[in-house]
Amino acid sequence: MSANIHPRPYLQSVRRELWENRFLVIAPLAVALLVLAAYLIGTLHLAQIMMMHTQNHDGSTAAPPAGLPYSIGEGSVLFTGIVSGIFYCLGALYNDRRDRSILFWKSLPVSDLTTVASKATIPLLILPAIIFVITLLMQLVMLGMSGVYAMTHASLVPDFWVQWPFFRMSVILMYCLATLALWHAPIYGWLLMVSAWAKRVPFLWAVLPPLALCIFEKIAFDSSSLCGMVLNRLAGWYPAAFNSFSQNGIPDQFSDLAPKQFIEQPSLWTGLAVTLVFLAAAVRLRRLRGPL
Amino acid sequence: MPCIEARGLRKSFGATVALDGVDLTVETGRIVGLIGPNGAGKSTALQAILGLIEYQGELSVLGQDPWSSREKLMREVCFIADVAVLPRWLRVSQAIDYVAGVHPGFDRAKAEAFLARTTIKRSSKIGQLSKGMVTQLHLALVMAIEAKLLVLDEPTLGLDILYRKQFYDSLLNDYFDHTRTIVITTHQVEEIQHILTDVVLINHGRIALNLSMEDFEARYFEVMVHPDRLDAARSKNPIYERRVFGRSVMLFDTLERDALAALGEVRSPSLADLFVAVVDPAGAQAQGVAA
Repeated sequence: MSANIHPRPYLQSVRRELWENRFLVIAPLAVALLVLAAYLIGTLHLAQIMMMHTQNHDGSTAAPPAGLPYSIGEGSVLFTGIVSGIFYCLGALYNDRRDRSILFWKSLPVSDLTTVASKATIPLLILPAIIFVITLLMQLVMLGMSGVYAMTHASLVPDFWVQWPFFRMSVILMYCLATLALWHAPIYGWLLMVSAWAKRVPFLWAVLPPLALCIFEKIAFDSSSLCGMVLNRLAGWYPAAFNSFSQNGIPDQFSDLAPKQFIEQPSLWTGLAVTLVFLAAAVRLRRLRGPL
Repeated sequence: MPCIEARGLRKSFGATVALDGVDLTVETGRIVGLIGPNGAGKSTALQAILGLIEYQGELSVLGQDPWSSREKLMREVCFIADVAVLPRWLRVSQAIDYVAGVHPGFDRAKAEAFLARTTIKRSSKIGQLSKGMVTQLHLALVMAIEAKLLVLDEPTLGLDILYRKQFYDSLLNDYFDHTRTIVITTHQVEEIQHILTDVVLINHGRIALNLSMEDFEARYFEVMVHPDRLDAARSKNPIYERRVFGRSVMLFDTLERDALAALGEVRSPSLADLFVAVVDPAGAQAQGVAA
């Protein structure tokens, strides 16, 4: 009697998340457009920008690193994507309890495991992919703009405006996004768990208890091991995934990447194990918690 | 195999007992009205049947344990609670796409055909639809699913009489076919009385009364008693007495309709009257004394 032979609850649920949370695409896209607009204006009065640099610094050694606007654009899109991902996770298992639509979703043959898995997929896989594609397109347009400018003003275009080894930097960006998602996985797991658990203000529940525990540990035992763990999780990605800091702090050589060192980090694997625990708890909570 | 079978079903929330040992059997092909005052445990019972809450006691729906196998059960069970549950951000076309994408028993053509009879636009967001249209949409989705059990929890709350009538007409004419089972809760008892095959009165977490509509019609009679037959009528133990335009109306649980004819005008009571008599015996006594 099956009218519908191949139901795909997981893929459909991932698609559903993108329908609901269009900001996951719109926010990074808006930032990319802003960067492009700024770059266009910059290109139009590039001569003045170059003048400023020669006035402020004497000689070419102090010139900005090659591809600087590209790195700034990339960093802005990446940052926007991460912030979007954090807000997405906090609402993912909370919003439909608040508007009671959880009753509709639960009236369909989709398991709580599938639901949580589809929601975890967004920050771990979909969002990095969105950031990658948008960044790539943005940088292509930037190269196009500066290419047109360079054709007409060949000798005047400085390195930092046009020098962008597109292919190499794309591979490095992909590596960044993959390692960042893996490194931050426990944070997303934690946020999803709190989102499934909280009856109100999931943001405060996600942030204040860990902070309170850190302060408690510091005062009661004069120790900061929890604080260190949290900070390492927030900011330890860069030293874990890269060999060296190049002069400008932007990894731009394949030799900067340290994939072997990264996967050999014990804290990467304990982090992923903790992620699984958080997600399992989120599945359990999803099952127990009804509309608010 | 009965569609729903509960034995000693219990559920408490902290100190509040919502279900206090419910025994209930719902056979396949019935349309059961689950009726009770606010807080009687109706919604809790439905939530347990739908696998939304844990419970004590035995419960089997279509032969499965709802709590441990909700996902599997929901292939054969549909559920409409009051209209607020469809998310406001979802578009009509997305709602159809999603259900089509996850439900093995969904027939998109049927849903489209039902929607074509309404004024609902595919591109609208649910937040832009009127309450009546949201219910129509939900009904269109549910009617296109090859389900064995349909659970309706106050499905027509907040709808005007036209939409309510349409809703139940569609349900009876286009959906119900005697291999399906429907369980409905509503406060608008009068409106569903004619479509029910069975009625279950639930009060304080227990089943107060469970009977088929044939039994209801054969057992319960309402008599507008002649003023000079009041004592004779009261001696026959009416289960409820109320005053209408200065005359006593008494409700009897008896099979002897003919004996009642001597007391006054006999007619069939409404479910609402029986409901009041069963769930509010204190009120009945007070009225009896006052009369």
